[in-house]
Amino acid sequence: MTRPSSKRRDTIAQALDGLTDGAAIMVGGFGLCGNPEALIQGVLDAGARDLTLISNNSGNMGKGLALWLRAGIVRRVICSYIGNNEDLHRLMAAGAVEVEITPQGTLVERMRAAGAGIPAFYTPTGVGTVVADGKETREINGRTYLLEHALHADFALIRAQRADAFGNLRFWRTARNFSPVMATAARVTVAEVDHLLPNGAIDPDDVHLPGLYVQRLVEVTQHEDPFEYRTTRPRPDAGA
Amino acid sequence: MTFSKQDIARRAAQEIPPGSVVNLGIGLPTLVADFIPPGSDVWLHSENGLLGMGPFPFEGDEDPQLINAGKQTVTVLPGGSTFDSAASFAMIRGGHVDLAILGAMQVSQHGDLANWAIPGGRVMGIGGAMDLASGARRILVLTTHTTKDNEPKLVAACDYPLTAVRAVARVITDLAVLDCTPEGFRLVELAPDVSLQQLRQATGAPILTP
Repeated sequence: MTRPSSKRRDTIAQALDGLTDGAAIMVGGFGLCGNPEALIQGVLDAGARDLTLISNNSGNMGKGLALWLRAGIVRRVICSYIGNNEDLHRLMAAGAVEVEITPQGTLVERMRAAGAGIPAFYTPTGVGTVVADGKETREINGRTYLLEHALHADFALIRAQRADAFGNLRFWRTARNFSPVMATAARVTVAEVDHLLPNGAIDPDDVHLPGLYVQRLVEVTQHEDPFEYRTTRPRPDAGA
Repeated sequence: MTFSKQDIARRAAQEIPPGSVVNLGIGLPTLVADFIPPGSDVWLHSENGLLGMGPFPFEGDEDPQLINAGKQTVTVLPGGSTFDSAASFAMIRGGHVDLAILGAMQVSQHGDLANWAIPGGRVMGIGGAMDLASGARRILVLTTHTTKDNEPKLVAACDYPLTAVRAVARVITDLAVLDCTPEGFRLVELAPDVSLQQLRQATGAPILTP
């Protein structure tokens, strides 16, 4: 078996090599913000099916991960919020997709734990709610906590603004969200980056995610970056 | 005359101590930002990884990768920061957010909060609601006093799916400002021209007067 010495992949197909039916895939983004758009399309093109999708919203407005839902390649979704994602509402109601809804902070902490070698942890979130059903609880210093377990994945597909050759990443604004945490929890992390630069181009103090968490890099310079809710205020008069 | 939505937001802004870190929920709580006095050193936290959130951008300046928890385009103020979701929820769960101002479907006199699902209705999801309700140091709820069908939203015990138990400190509605206590809702302030009798009729739990 040959193993490319570089993390750089020239095509999306190469970046997704080894993706099999039934894989558990984490996909970065808060709604459509920070989605790896080309990799999302690439999974469709690769023909993988029966997937477990782990992502905060799992698509919206027919865009992003809604493409996977519409194509019928997702068997199970782990997310925190559905909102106006009509595709997921429809599939959930029809029983075509199994959905596990997890509090957002618990979802990301389960990923963090997986990446940090912590098999389970106690959290106050969800105590006394349906989230606690069937879960072990424990009183610590007079407060009740829930036991939640680490969440791993086969692949993490993430988006970053800049990468160097080793895979050190910098993100842009709130597009960071789940991506660096997912990268720690997956066996293979593929980063779709706006700019792929030589080592040394990112100052070590400015690295958001150290490169050891990233196995493959693919440079994609064009993104749609759709707005979900474009809210503005009028610009004050410049004056005459 | 009852409190308007603007009145509720203005009254809620008075609950924000200078220098504090505040998370504003989606809907009515979002309006509170307009009433925070300039120079009060209040830092708005957004669960998707932003502290020091500013107002909506000027037309033409919007960035699809700079959004709030409602996925609206926003700005970041000087002194603001961005971070990942694990850090954002560590701030919430770790008690580093001083105040969360949230919406509600039901609140019980004990401070139990239901704000994520209507029985029999379609499930929108939990998002950050449970983490905020159980993690922020103080929870303030803004809501209409009754549903569209005139059912009380302030009740002795919630029958909607819970978000958190014994979490809410104070509720501001179109009729009154009330504190949660095990014995009932303690009246802090009545809206202008609203009578105590009106308030009691619209509330599904005892009202305690000072």
